[in-house]
Amino acid sequence: MLLPLIILLPLIGSLVPVLARRARRTPIALLTALLPGAALAITIWLGIQVLKGDILHFALPWVPQMGLALAFRFDGLSLLFTLLILGIGLLVIVYARYYLDPKDSMPKFYGFLMLFMTSMLGIVTSDNLMLLWFFWELTSVSSFLLISFWSWSSNARKGARMAFAVTGAGGLCLLASLMLMGHIVGSFSLDTVLHSGETLRQSPLYPLVLILLLLGAFTKSAQFPFQFWLPHAMSAPTPVSAYLHSATMVKAGIFLLIRLYPVMGDTNGWYYIITLTGLITMFYGAYMAMVQYDLKGLLAYSTISHLGLITMLLGLDTRLSTLAAVFHVVNHAIFKASLFMAVGIVDHECGTRDSRRLGGLRRYMPYTAALATVAGASMAGVPLLNGFISKEMFLTETLQIQSLGGLSWLIPALATLGSALSVAYSLRLVVDVFYRGEPRFLPKQPHEAPRPMRLPIEILIILCLAVGMFPSFTVGALLNSAMSVVATDAMSGQSLAVWHGINLPLMMSAAAMLLGLIIYLMRNILHSSFRRDFLKTDAKLVFERAVQKSIAFGERVLDRIDSRSLQQYMLVMMTLMLIMAVQGLVKMPGLMGPVALQPIDPFVLAGAIAMCIGAIATVNFQRYRLIALICLSITELMVALAFLKFSSPDLALTQLVVAPVTLILMLLTLFFLPQQTPRVSSGIRILRDLVLAAAVGTVIASINFAVLTDHYDSIGKFFTDNAVSGAGGHNVVNVILVDFRGFDTLGEITVLGITALGVLKLLNRMKLFVPTTSAENRPWAPEYFPTIFGSVAQIVLPLALMVAFYFFIRGHNLPGGGFIGGLVAASALIMMYTARGVEWTMRRLRIDFQRLIATGLLIAWLTSAAPLLFGHNFLTTWFDHFDIPLIGSLEIASALVFDLGVFLTVVGATMMILANLGRLATPYSPAREHRQIDGAMSAKKEMR
Amino acid sequence: MEAIFSATIGILTACGIFMMLRGRTLPIVLGMSLMTFATNLFLFSMGRLRIGADGLVGSKLGSIDPVPSALVLTAIVIGFAMTAFVMILAIRARADLGSDHINGSRRKSRHDHRSDPLELDESRGGKR
Repeated sequence: MLLPLIILLPLIGSLVPVLARRARRTPIALLTALLPGAALAITIWLGIQVLKGDILHFALPWVPQMGLALAFRFDGLSLLFTLLILGIGLLVIVYARYYLDPKDSMPKFYGFLMLFMTSMLGIVTSDNLMLLWFFWELTSVSSFLLISFWSWSSNARKGARMAFAVTGAGGLCLLASLMLMGHIVGSFSLDTVLHSGETLRQSPLYPLVLILLLLGAFTKSAQFPFQFWLPHAMSAPTPVSAYLHSATMVKAGIFLLIRLYPVMGDTNGWYYIITLTGLITMFYGAYMAMVQYDLKGLLAYSTISHLGLITMLLGLDTRLSTLAAVFHVVNHAIFKASLFMAVGIVDHECGTRDSRRLGGLRRYMPYTAALATVAGASMAGVPLLNGFISKEMFLTETLQIQSLGGLSWLIPALATLGSALSVAYSLRLVVDVFYRGEPRFLPKQPHEAPRPMRLPIEILIILCLAVGMFPSFTVGALLNSAMSVVATDAMSGQSLAVWHGINLPLMMSAAAMLLGLIIYLMRNILHSSFRRDFLKTDAKLVFERAVQKSIAFGERVLDRIDSRSLQQYMLVMMTLMLIMAVQGLVKMPGLMGPVALQPIDPFVLAGAIAMCIGAIATVNFQRYRLIALICLSITELMVALAFLKFSSPDLALTQLVVAPVTLILMLLTLFFLPQQTPRVSSGIRILRDLVLAAAVGTVIASINFAVLTDHYDSIGKFFTDNAVSGAGGHNVVNVILVDFRGFDTLGEITVLGITALGVLKLLNRMKLFVPTTSAENRPWAPEYFPTIFGSVAQIVLPLALMVAFYFFIRGHNLPGGGFIGGLVAASALIMMYTARGVEWTMRRLRIDFQRLIATGLLIAWLTSAAPLLFGHNFLTTWFDHFDIPLIGSLEIASALVFDLGVFLTVVGATMMILANLGRLATPYSPAREHRQIDGAMSAKKEMR
Repeated sequence: MEAIFSATIGILTACGIFMMLRGRTLPIVLGMSLMTFATNLFLFSMGRLRIGADGLVGSKLGSIDPVPSALVLTAIVIGFAMTAFVMILAIRARADLGSDHINGSRRKSRHDHRSDPLELDESRGGKR
């Protein structure tokens, strides 16, 4: 059960800095470090079990039908990466405290950082491919936020956008790959996938899965040709670079390759693509690192180069190469994080990181110089440091390659050359900055960084030395455990030793050192002859241009196919619907089904005629707004009567109370709409619309008739049978609403509340066109609110509210319920508003409708959630019978409380819409103008 | 009787669609209301037409299928909310655009803000 905490604690931790934002900077950093620290402790605790050979699992099924689950798996590989992510993450938290400017928002930075940490931890511990992908995408999003942390800088924004676009596109490829993988294997569970290597490799889809997978991994790990985003991500604050580009983000792709190596590896496709990509990336990165002036740029390209090296190792078909790759992941993370931090200190204390202006800093910051020297030596692969051991393993493995036939010797030769370049740029970094020359035109007087800022580097350097000198003691068990899930026989007979005797790899290493020194000494020639040619194209500009072009293309296409006219949309949709429906109808043997028709009821006939006349009249009088509204209301009334006739009193009641509310709403809005509707449609257009409307109408009528005369089998019987025994209600419609399908109702009233809030927002700060006279130039009637209406309304109001309450309370057993009761109550209140005006009513009826909606929703949600406390499912209801004196036997169900929530939300939402609309019209109402005039006259009288 | 019912739904649908193809906001809202009626009746009739029953358990009148009724009941309320929202949207559109034409009066071309669609410049709230 501890396992999910490793991911959960940092996730909660992302809120800690936000909550502690008022604290000073050091407490914020310490508080932020608390939860990942706890996660690290748990990791170590669980790690002891994992080292014994256990694989820990945790699973919480979500949608088992689709194979989705919140499933984590903790094995040796996860342990290794988790330690890296949490360990270096904690060091970065400490480092960032001193790196960040007081002007930068620490809570924001730490919040993003913790979110990123969570997503990385999720990737390495997921036991479900979809979950893994989810965390993968989350790293893209959170790294975007981190890279663009200095969002005022255009470079940061562009760099972040590029990183996001590239890794996001790769993420989509990965999704496709993982889905195919799940499809072939039949499960998204990593356990199953890891055991189905044979099935996967035999599948005809294997090449596609592999290519998509590699696209995902290569974009994330900045492999050629997707390497271009990484240098531009250097516009991030240095702690971010130290974290993202040493231990985490770019290692995600590598992790994925290692993770899936047992199932996807060992094929020719895997071998050639990965080895060649790695080789090219290694060289490209190493070369570019040589010609960079920006120190972070140098480190960025060296990272690309080392990632290429790791990728190449993963591609090689020797078993030990994978071990070397995993080992180099650890070593690279350690020395690259410390180098980034050292460069961050230089940047922080000197104000620049341009290598042309830096030099001889050893005199100003001796400690940092010493630390950077060790880290740089490790990157170069100097013996007794951790970089050396994995590089030796790399060189040894390249010697084993046979697959290129007579040209196989090329690989070790190229590997030696690559190592030489690595030596050369390490020398450039360390010697040029700290030892040779003098600093020139620095913006700041350089000085040593504060001690706590150096602490993280010191810890990392100690690790460099410890791993370098006692490899099997320090990381042997960890690597062994990690390899046990990747390549089982990798560690057998292999010991991590510093000294293997004088052999060919050692000679190659020595040659690389020498060659590296020579390249370093010749660097000026390199700069002058090659730099210009290589740096002419700026990846950022190329990328931006591509983005702009694709947007322009999208606009052109859209302009062609989209007329931006509602009528056009409707026309297309209706025509399509017509075509599809007609196809279904044509295939039927006959429209009339096997069920005999019922005899014609005269009332039904009369109602149908009235309804049709109402509808046609609405169309006919559409330009005369009031008449059209009245015709529409006739139709609505007939619909209500139809519900009543066909045995659904609940529906009839609902429609009946909705009708006046809708009518008043429409009348209010008419005030703000143009008084006359111009006749614009041409004759041919009207004909076209008529034909289309008639066609759709005919089709709909035919479908309806076909269904009505067909056999009938419904799930309704279940509800009818269980309404009394299962929910304690006799009115099945209401029981369905508040009990059986209560979740739908919950969603619906939530939507209702949101609609009301949306209306409130739409009415906010509106510039109104207010007519002063009617369309026929008649002035508005000057009467006050009619007195008789007002008096009657006041008497009727309490009665109407009582009726509403009665409808509401009896709903479970007789027609009624929260919706109907709520609408009746709302109509009663609206009557009061109409009779006395908004201002008068609002002064006396102080109800905050917003609060009413909130209360209603809260009641409904809490009633739904309450059963969870008693160990029942969401929305379980309770009911019992009571004998109350005078009233008699009564059934009370907890669903009534839920219905109360519905009631309150309906009242609140309806009133909020209408009262706000009414208030909008009030300042222009004749009564108010009159009172203002009266007021002015009385004021004049007083003056006299 | 089924034929009359179906024909009525057909006529309501036809009227609703014709109105929804108009260009001004009010006819469109009226058309949507007519369509709502037609849709609700259609949905309701999926439980078949039955005269003289009710939806109560244990009633002597016989029962109807309660599922379509429950669906339509929520549909009526949501239909009201939708009508309200669209009406308010219509007056808001008229207030902001100065016209009640459904496609808006100030038809802006997409090319107007072409220069740098992703980059927030200062005038649009970008920070410096």
